Amino acid sequence: MYRKIMVPIDLAHLDVLEPSLATVADLARHYDAEICYVGVTATQPGSVARTPEEYQQKLDAFADERAKVHGQPVSTRTITSPDPVADLDDLLIDAIDDVGADLVVMPTHPPKHLDVLMPSHGGKVATHTDVSVFLVRPAKQ
Amino acid sequence: MEKNPQDEGPQEQPSEGIPAPEGPANLIDTDYVIGQDNITASPMGINLDLHGKVFTFSSLVILFFVILTLAMQDQMEPIFNSMFSFLTTNMGWFFLLGANVFVILALVLIFTPMGRVRIGGANATPDFGYAGWFAMLFAAGMGIGLMFYGVSEPLGHYGTAMGGISMGEDGLRTDWAPLGGAEGDQAGAISLSMAATIFHWGLHPWGAYAIVGLSLAIFAFNKGLPLTMRSIFYPILGERVWGWPGHVIDILAVFATLFGLTTSLGIGATQAAGGLEYLFGIPSGDTTLVLLILGITLVALGSIMLGVDKGVQRLSQLNMALALLLLLFVIFVGPTLMIATGVIENLIGYVTHLPALSNPFGREDANFSQGWTAFYWAWWIAWSPFVGMFIARVSRGRTVREFLTAVLVVPTLASVVWMTAFGTTAIDQVVSSGITEVQDAALELQLFTMLEYLPLTAITSFVGIVLVIVFFITSSDSGSLVIDSITAGGKVDAPKPQRIFWALIEGALAIALLLGGGLAALQTAALTTGLPFTLVLLVGCYAIVKGLMSEPRA
Repeated sequence: MYRKIMVPIDLAHLDVLEPSLATVADLARHYDAEICYVGVTATQPGSVARTPEEYQQKLDAFADERAKVHGQPVSTRTITSPDPVADLDDLLIDAIDDVGADLVVMPTHPPKHLDVLMPSHGGKVATHTDVSVFLVRPAKQ
Repeated sequence: MEKNPQDEGPQEQPSEGIPAPEGPANLIDTDYVIGQDNITASPMGINLDLHGKVFTFSSLVILFFVILTLAMQDQMEPIFNSMFSFLTTNMGWFFLLGANVFVILALVLIFTPMGRVRIGGANATPDFGYAGWFAMLFAAGMGIGLMFYGVSEPLGHYGTAMGGISMGEDGLRTDWAPLGGAEGDQAGAISLSMAATIFHWGLHPWGAYAIVGLSLAIFAFNKGLPLTMRSIFYPILGERVWGWPGHVIDILAVFATLFGLTTSLGIGATQAAGGLEYLFGIPSGDTTLVLLILGITLVALGSIMLGVDKGVQRLSQLNMALALLLLLFVIFVGPTLMIATGVIENLIGYVTHLPALSNPFGREDANFSQGWTAFYWAWWIAWSPFVGMFIARVSRGRTVREFLTAVLVVPTLASVVWMTAFGTTAIDQVVSSGITEVQDAALELQLFTMLEYLPLTAITSFVGIVLVIVFFITSSDSGSLVIDSITAGGKVDAPKPQRIFWALIEGALAIALLLGGGLAALQTAALTTGLPFTLVLLVGCYAIVKGLMSEPRA
């Protein structure tokens, strides 16, 4: 049913991603889909990488690690932005079409009042694309 | 091209043993990981990611100065004032000398092979198109001043130049004329006053911005160091730059930027309110001022939420378009022919008078060279961390030659045209029509008074006020981005609430100082940072040359 799953990755906060990565692996195996890991990074040096090239390498390495876990084909895309905090949602929405994904899986936080002022990235992406979006919330204690 | 094995964020596991990037730039080998000294927290669901020491200490220093100024305004103001007049009187030569060094280095670099180095590595592509890039450079760098001094400064210098030299009893000059003045010589006075104005708005301010911007851009985009002031010092301090020497530089930069912005916001609101009262009879009381600051802060907030690309860039472009409209209007409705020939004449006049005006030593026109020039230089240099950092941030993908041309040469030419258009029109009103109201008006109202003698006053004055306000917004939003990035240890992807915090602090401080008094005093305090930053910039000159030498040339 799904052929290509896009998974936005924040290499600086991999701990937050953990539950959604397992979901991605299960889904990909179930549908025998390719997974495209997308990273958005600043053009300026950051905590993960000091150049966009270095970020791309780290993302590739990450994708290879994941491929060993789930065995599905992987690809990566690094998107650079001079102001990633502000541009993130729009860049991800554009990336869905660019990579030709038919499903997006990304982690998000439980709804909170602050979302009215600053919507969650997952929520924003889901409302601005016509492909299916699977938002993975942290497991309930 | 080295890459350190420890060069990874603390939380990431899978990236060990990754080969060094094969980029075309020449990274500096350091153990420092951007954000390693940061503290992260999420109170009430709001994520924070801040440099512990820089954020805490700069907040404390800011709080301390605000409380001190509010509580003991009468005692603090004279202290700040005498500090600053000491600086301009005794250190004026240092400002003038430093500024000359910046301009000469920047000009020379355009023509050396180092000009071919590309910011962000040989294969980097520009983040912004020419129009948006230039609009942002200009709006952040000058903007508001052109609105206020475009009319008043040429007129002021013209008046003092015509007045000629007067000696006090102690043998010192008491007049404020530039150089030797031009007593009774109308043409000479016009030429001298325009040259002096362009001098203050031309190569020298942009030279300071260019040095900070270029050194930061090279050390961030090509050398992989964080985008914060301390990185300039890496060639001198080495790894020590990540400790207290670096913290102090960053805290100083936050101080200068925040107080520079806050006090200009307060003073600017006063002037905008004055304009509103003059034009529309809206009372310029505290309510109007507070509403103006709230409005400016709100729009700035919206702009930084939208980010550099969709917020700051678009606002800057709007700004440029409005400014261009007003400029064209003045050119066509004012003495068009005089302005057209004036541009060339003033450019020649600027170049002719430049050596004498920029001479740091043995000046006889102490009032002018210290009261005007040194004051301006301190001002531009105090602003240079903010403008320079913002310029650096948006300049990735440009070559050094492109960068310097766009930051140094083009704005200077723009200043020449702007000052000529507004200055010539104003002086012409005095000389040809004998109108003295403009000269007699309060400084902040001179632009509007001049527009009153041109057609369509209501529209142009309204555009003028809108421009003043939009210029403030573009300064406020880029300033908040810069402060946020410095206090986040050079991270540009720190959580959004932090930049909102700084924009709100700016507005709140401006209101507090406006109602409680002490704006002018704090602005003076911010100006005194011009002295340490002159040193920082001189180091920047060394860093640029050192950094560029080791870069591959495109």
